[in-house]
Amino acid sequence: MGVLQYVAKRIGLYIAVLFIGLTITFLLPRLMPANPIDGYIGQLQSRASGALTPEAIAGLRANLEELYGLKGDIFSQYLNYLNRVVLHFDFGPSFAFYPQEVSQIIFTALPYTLGLLLVSTIIAWILGNMVGLVAGYFHQKKAATVLEVVGILLYPIPYYILAVTVILMLSYVIPLFPLSPSFPVGQMNLQKFGMVIYNSLLPALTLVLAGFGWNILSMKALTVATTEEPYVTYARLKGTSNWTRMIRYVFPNAMLPQVTALALSLGTVFNGALLTEILFSYPGVGLIMRTAASSGDYNVLYGAITMSIIAVATAGLVIDLIYPLLDPRIRHK
Amino acid sequence: MISLNDLRISYRIGSWVIPAVDGVTLTIPDGCIVGIAGESGCGKSTLMKAIYGDIRSPMYLAGGSIDYGLKSSDGRPVTTDTIRREWFKSISYIPQSSMNSLNPVKRISTQFTDFPGTDSNKKRVLEKARGYIGKLGLPPEALDSYPHQLSGGMRQRIMIALATFFQPELIIADEPTTALDVVVQKEILMLLMEVQEMMGNTILVVSHDMGVHYQVTHKMLIMYAGRVVEYGDTESVFADPQHAYTKMLIDSLPAIGDDSMRGVLASMAGAGGDRAYRVEPDLIEVKPGHFVARPSLSEGVAV
Amino acid sequence: MSTTIVSETAAPATPKRRRDSFLWLLNGRLALGLVILAVFVLASLILPFFCPVDPSQQATYLKNMPISWDHLLGTNAIGQDIFWFLIIAIRNSLTLGVLVGVGVTIIATAVGLSAGYIGGNFERVVMLVVDSFITIPLLPILIILGAVIRGNSSFLTVGFIILIFGWAWGARTIRSMALTLREREFINMARFSGAGTIHVLVREIFPYVSAYMLVAFINTVLFAINTEATLAVIGLSKVEVPTLGSIIFWALNYNALFTGNYVWIIAPIVATVLLFLGLFLTSTGFNSAFASKRGVQ
Repeated sequence: MGVLQYVAKRIGLYIAVLFIGLTITFLLPRLMPANPIDGYIGQLQSRASGALTPEAIAGLRANLEELYGLKGDIFSQYLNYLNRVVLHFDFGPSFAFYPQEVSQIIFTALPYTLGLLLVSTIIAWILGNMVGLVAGYFHQKKAATVLEVVGILLYPIPYYILAVTVILMLSYVIPLFPLSPSFPVGQMNLQKFGMVIYNSLLPALTLVLAGFGWNILSMKALTVATTEEPYVTYARLKGTSNWTRMIRYVFPNAMLPQVTALALSLGTVFNGALLTEILFSYPGVGLIMRTAASSGDYNVLYGAITMSIIAVATAGLVIDLIYPLLDPRIRHK
Repeated sequence: MISLNDLRISYRIGSWVIPAVDGVTLTIPDGCIVGIAGESGCGKSTLMKAIYGDIRSPMYLAGGSIDYGLKSSDGRPVTTDTIRREWFKSISYIPQSSMNSLNPVKRISTQFTDFPGTDSNKKRVLEKARGYIGKLGLPPEALDSYPHQLSGGMRQRIMIALATFFQPELIIADEPTTALDVVVQKEILMLLMEVQEMMGNTILVVSHDMGVHYQVTHKMLIMYAGRVVEYGDTESVFADPQHAYTKMLIDSLPAIGDDSMRGVLASMAGAGGDRAYRVEPDLIEVKPGHFVARPSLSEGVAV
Repeated sequence: MSTTIVSETAAPATPKRRRDSFLWLLNGRLALGLVILAVFVLASLILPFFCPVDPSQQATYLKNMPISWDHLLGTNAIGQDIFWFLIIAIRNSLTLGVLVGVGVTIIATAVGLSAGYIGGNFERVVMLVVDSFITIPLLPILIILGAVIRGNSSFLTVGFIILIFGWAWGARTIRSMALTLREREFINMARFSGAGTIHVLVREIFPYVSAYMLVAFINTVLFAINTEATLAVIGLSKVEVPTLGSIIFWALNYNALFTGNYVWIIAPIVATVLLFLGLFLTSTGFNSAFASKRGVQ
């Protein structure tokens, strides 16, 4: 049956992509010019300021090599790595926060990132497509051109510019939001949750603005094209209202390529989200990575990038699986 | 009976005016199938749009009028401005590219329930529809299918079902058999004839394929460069064509739809070329019920 | 009277003749985009010759001076002239963008064309790799790079990494173009008429492909400048080198907003937005110009 085939194919692709991604992450540290273990031991030494004995260092090195899976030939290292990561999500301990597990650090930050990403991406997609739909359907009106110009102006602006501008506008010029957001830790209660939301508004706004422009432009173009289709003309000749045609004929068809486009843009959106987090000091995966980069905490870095790959690939899979629900031509043979 | 009175429909594109229908006067009788023949650019599609009432920029009514002989629900006669409200009630349309005229992401059933101003009880409408499409040779499951699951012939039957659902007095079928293979073409044409007999309405069939006209129509109308060249009972027109152009069309059976001819003729017709075929807008009855137009003497014209 | 109604500008109703070869280029977006780009490119090529000192040198001038004829955009908290820093930054960013753009376009075209034209399992494997590269988010990798090399990375190393991961998008676009190319009538016609493969390649395929390559190139330039700047803004590239991103990094680091030196941060924002707008308009402008030309064909 058509659908089963489609699903199987997508899942197969997903696994293949994950596999390739994980392999690249495996190879990455081995391709980097600096040896992380030396780096770490160097750090420890400087911190302990000479209190470490040579035996202790040797023992530590052996331990780390074990942990890093750098013992043995590369093939068994690879299997070891796959086993640890895929089955146990074990990325080892963090250097900077030894002995806290990397996976723990990441899983604390992950909900923030996912929350921010999901909410802002969905809002940007829905809003952008709605505006694009109306602008495209009524494209002869002046207002439609205005909206298109808005899209053109927004789309090329990179994330960091948007972030900095948002900070400039809403934390300085009109000081609605704090400059250094503080996120409460520990158990969540309603008040703390409110604080989280309040401090998340600026980064969310940045992400929404970034995604909004593209959606307007592409949806407008798609809508214009779809409105020319014979089935929309026929609906007009049946006497249906503009509203009916726009909502029940044009939108469900024009939105299909937009869903595919969303899946393809996930990598970019993820990058943008990480950057925004860093610039807003938002306690998500992005900030974790940035701090880890300064402190040379490689375990966290490699753990984070693995999680990123898994997250993006999985999101893509979910969207791909939703697609047949929207397009009956895929759903029924 | 529909009367066309010196009807003129033009297109305004930039600073140019293109007279697509250039003075058509005739009366279309009730209860028969009337064929409209001519190749691309002769104005037949524009004429159909005008009769249907789909006149939108850049198209406009440049002169004349259409008298529908119908009364709307408030008792007043229907005019070009009000005909819109009668769409799919007193007058309906089978579009040219019917293969693609059904919303690909919705079931066929929605096509029956989204006529505006109809029974708001969808269930009742659907039940009626299910019974009705059976009469047109379709299985009731067709309603629950999506367009891509039906064959071309079945989709065309659905279009006919939709067009006849409210039993309109006039149906306009624009190239109803293009893109269908020959066997299915025959079936659809027979279906149209059955429908017309069952309901006693008028069907206008537009086609560039003379074969279609020969099989199905009672009366025929030949158009060239925006004017009617010849008009009469189909038998009479085929047996004894009065105008050179009609003769040429008939002689080129079976396929005036042959592309090699089309480009040449279309550009000629569209550009108002070949003087030999241009006619005056007035029709002269040369035999009972058989009209032909006189060739036109020099007119202001084509460069 | 039944004379044909024709307006004063009497002409038969034939479609307007196709515009001649260069007019199709100048649709609104494209024209505007090219103008903007021309300004930037010329500025970055010519102006540096007039630059009095190396703008990345610190403490050259008095700090935080306002706009004046001596310092067109004032100076910043490190004692650098903002205007010249910005000009050199634009030059560096553009250079990086163009270099990476050229490299990526070559790789993407090679991969995309071969995958699309050859097809079969080769294509499937290649597209799998391409899709994986698209899925892997680039920023985390760049962050790791930044961590490992810790500011010792040369400017061009960053470019190199962008190259390694950035070709995937272009390859995808070119491959889908190549798919349509396979079936194109005019290719087969040329083949059947006995023309040699080289002839087919140069005369028939190349003009078609070069259109896509041009658009891919511009998009890559945009992508590369953006990515490098992203890295610089969070302080993980060699931030002493003036680029559009590093200037913002320094402004943020020195709390330009607190100290009231708004020019320091607004100038690069405006410059970046204009540059990206120019690149984007040029890219879509070319796209629609080529599309309409193809449509006419």
